[in-house]
Amino acid sequence: MTSYRLAGGGLINRQMPQNFTFDGRVMTGFAGDTLASALLANGRQLVGRSFKYHRPRGVLTAGSAEPNALMTIGRGGRTEPNTRATMVELYEGLEAQSQNRWPTLEHDIGAVNGLLSPFLSAGFYYKTFMWPARFWEKLYEPVIRRAAGLGRASYEADPDTYEKCWAHCDLLVIGAGATGLMAALAAGRSGLRVILIDENADLGGYLLSETALIDGRPASAFVRSAVDELESLANVQVMARITAFGWYDGQVFGAVERVQKHVAVPDAMRPVERLWRIAAKKAILATGAEERPLVFGGNDVPGVMMAGAMRSYLNRYAVAPGKRVAVFTTNDSGYALANDLEVSGVNVAALIDSRRDAAIAYSGKARLVHGGFVSNVQGSKAVEGIEIWREGQRETLDIDSLAMSGGFSPVIHLACHRGGKPRWSDEHSAFLAPDGLSDLTLAGSAAGVFGLQAAMMSGAKAAEAALADLGVAHAGVAMPLVEGEIVPEPAKPLWSIPGIKAKAFVDYQNDVHLKDLGLAVQEGYGHVELAKRYTTNGMATDQGKLSNVNAIGLLAEARRISPAEVGTTTFRPFYTPVSFGALAGASHGKHFQPVRRSPLHGWAEKNGATFVETGLWYRSAWFPRAGETGWRASVDREVKTVRSAVGLCDVSMLGKIEICGPDAAEFLNRIYCNAFLKLPVGKARYGLMLREDGFIYDDGTNSRMTEDRYFMTTTTAYAAGVMNHLEFCAQALWPELDVRLASVTDQWAQMAVAGPKSRAVLEQLVDDDISNDAFPYLGAKDVSLLGGRLRGRLFRISFSGELAFELAVPADFGESIADAVMLAGKAHGICAYGVEALSVLRIEKGHVTHNEINGTVVPADLGFGKMVSTAKPDFIGRQMVGREGLVDAMRPQLVGVVPLDPTVSFRSGAHILKKDAAATLENDEGYVTSSCFSPHVGSTIGLALVKGGASRHGEEVQIWNGLRNEFAIGRLVSPVFVDPAHEKLHV
Amino acid sequence: MKGAVLPRPAADAGADAWHDYVYLRDNPRGAYEEYWHHTSGCRRWLVVSRDTATHEVYACQDAADAKAVRA
Repeated sequence: MTSYRLAGGGLINRQMPQNFTFDGRVMTGFAGDTLASALLANGRQLVGRSFKYHRPRGVLTAGSAEPNALMTIGRGGRTEPNTRATMVELYEGLEAQSQNRWPTLEHDIGAVNGLLSPFLSAGFYYKTFMWPARFWEKLYEPVIRRAAGLGRASYEADPDTYEKCWAHCDLLVIGAGATGLMAALAAGRSGLRVILIDENADLGGYLLSETALIDGRPASAFVRSAVDELESLANVQVMARITAFGWYDGQVFGAVERVQKHVAVPDAMRPVERLWRIAAKKAILATGAEERPLVFGGNDVPGVMMAGAMRSYLNRYAVAPGKRVAVFTTNDSGYALANDLEVSGVNVAALIDSRRDAAIAYSGKARLVHGGFVSNVQGSKAVEGIEIWREGQRETLDIDSLAMSGGFSPVIHLACHRGGKPRWSDEHSAFLAPDGLSDLTLAGSAAGVFGLQAAMMSGAKAAEAALADLGVAHAGVAMPLVEGEIVPEPAKPLWSIPGIKAKAFVDYQNDVHLKDLGLAVQEGYGHVELAKRYTTNGMATDQGKLSNVNAIGLLAEARRISPAEVGTTTFRPFYTPVSFGALAGASHGKHFQPVRRSPLHGWAEKNGATFVETGLWYRSAWFPRAGETGWRASVDREVKTVRSAVGLCDVSMLGKIEICGPDAAEFLNRIYCNAFLKLPVGKARYGLMLREDGFIYDDGTNSRMTEDRYFMTTTTAYAAGVMNHLEFCAQALWPELDVRLASVTDQWAQMAVAGPKSRAVLEQLVDDDISNDAFPYLGAKDVSLLGGRLRGRLFRISFSGELAFELAVPADFGESIADAVMLAGKAHGICAYGVEALSVLRIEKGHVTHNEINGTVVPADLGFGKMVSTAKPDFIGRQMVGREGLVDAMRPQLVGVVPLDPTVSFRSGAHILKKDAAATLENDEGYVTSSCFSPHVGSTIGLALVKGGASRHGEEVQIWNGLRNEFAIGRLVSPVFVDPAHEKLHV
Repeated sequence: MKGAVLPRPAADAGADAWHDYVYLRDNPRGAYEEYWHHTSGCRRWLVVSRDTATHEVYACQDAADAKAVRA
């Protein structure tokens, strides 16, 4: 006989039937059901197949620890695998599918794994599939992954939205059962800002499953009035369907709220889940306790259930487990269930109490077996009977469902998330939370306090303590009176059960059974951390909520030590699985990361730019024109135009930092390795910044705009890093210097106007005299533009090697000024050029970027040795740049490289070998750091870092790219391919 | 305990002092002193005394004040 719905009772709404499907079959439940209770009410006890052996499995619990009843809910992009049916609220149209079975749940081919189980014991992967190694990727892994597993994720995009929130409170109460409700009432009435959260849809916890009376009324009535009162308090926020999953630094709790997971079609204007970070001055963990399974043969056959869960299904959901039930318990909780079953008209065949001397009085009809054990369950897809072991005698009993209770483990997970280790208590037969937690208190059964009355008192007391700590007066709270409860006082734990013949499961979800743990101990993996990994106990998505304590008890017994000595594995977030959607929040698609657009973005778009993403920036890469066959054609044209006429390139994304103050000159003198103290007003200088270890950090220009004001540029990607570095130097190293720093990257639009005609173009816009005499190379000054309508900054600096200027204007004027430059340049043949052409121009000129400044080069490696000041008393990197290894003449040094045959090309990353050397690592002489096709040279050219390269110009070498199997003969040359005398800069 | 917050040696302090300053740090489980940078706020560098195991923050001081105190 299967489970069924009782004719009356329960907290379900029988006026609201709800249709749903399970594996395509239409079933009906009621509002207030979970998917699990509705399946049971429909007589559906086989609900899944196990992970490894594909054993038939049924609903084991009524809560978030469920290891068996994992289902795939929904369809299309809303498909959600591995959902615990015990936590899914029933709704009209819900579609559920069982998992890990083929072709059907009843007839699953994978169940053959059960027959192979002698070969699938703990550690079998390691033993069986060690050799040959090449079989792993192609054979073993795909086969194992197909056979063992859970539900499958959808490949379709999730159509729903998620969001993230912060909340702040004086007191966070986690869990709204008897304990949590009393804690929230006591704190709420006293005026604290309280947040009360519970992972279930209905607050009340186990009160909703209790038959005990509170103040003469059903417990559910007490819950209703308590919640009503809490919701009426302005200082209390009550939230359901929200799971606190972690306790983090700074007294912040992570929680995920399932806003719309209980509806068929979510409202598109609201998120389906919300990730909360709750900063709470104080927190009370009222998370209750988890009932422990008992480890006997066939303890996983559908129809075997936790006693407390069976009582929930009976009392709250009006679902009877069967017609003939047995209860196997180590403590008094089994008696409460037996009584309630009898009241509901279910035949309780036997109440088997492992204690010989149980003191509790029992007046029910069931046969009471003291000092007995259930050793084995008969049946595979449903319970057909049990084997009872008592004093060496076996006896079989014909039943159709079995409840078990092995005592209770306080739910202490969150209390252990910040490094504290749980401690074993013999008195409680359980692990309790670590000592010395500040600002987090456990109360009720989470603290090892059992019984409703005691839990309520514990909750109120915890709130009182929080109030006292926060210095708030306690308003007082009357303690409700609980009548008729059976308190499950801790009993001696029962780890090993005699007479086991069938597989006895410890970890249901990962299919770890008793013998696996024995094997682990036998093979030397008895340490709790090793046993976990060897057997995979506790490593499933339920994180061992039901299995860990049993595994520890069994390991302790096998090693003849106490569970205290075995200890626990480490508790880590998340308490229950959290969806990637909730963690990602709104950060996906176009909101994945912010986009930085240059003030000249619109100008670049108008000129037909092809953009490239560099970090957050969109940079114009090149500007294709009609008839050009590919990017190279555009880039070559842009390069030639700059060398022969004039071009405009957007360089706004360079980092820009303004440094001012009376000590700015002294400050910069210490920042750069070259001299800056005497840089005249109106002049720019190229500067090299070292790290304290002597290697180059960044380079860029710096211009002295006035006596005490400098304008620094940095490499685009190093803008933030350089700013941090400067602030560190100003604040931590030299706070005595009077200097102020401001990042002005976004305030200026900056454009390079380069080429022999650049002056002729800019003269049409700039009011000041910019002739070579008035404004020579490396000039820098504020200028008037367009007849005094705008002020900008003009720098005579050149990355291309041509006569060139950089013009900076306030960002909002960038686009119109760029347009004006293009208009003025039209007669001179101006073109827009992008970062590709910029790169070709700088490689031709031998200018370095972070391709060369790779973190392992010192100034001398790049030919900048003479820039390093010997006169300055101190600067960042001064002491270390002169170290022995950094002045070696055979260090990799910057050199140019060209192919002997101009039709042959090579790429960056290719290695340089001596002419006749074999291509081996030990013959490696260096590598190509930058390369491009140079229209000026007429072939590919490169910059390279080559051992002693500065003194090897003219040498023939091999250019070898082992990854792409490319090879060229080349020659090391000067890195300056254009205008080696730098005459063009000074015209 | 030798944390990240160390006085920068004098220019002529010698190779050993500089090697020590640039490279050598203790890495304790427990109390530690390090620089933090309030990048999204006031942009001050701070000297934070912190427990590396529990992440308890014992003290926090502006780096400029810390230098003045220690000098």
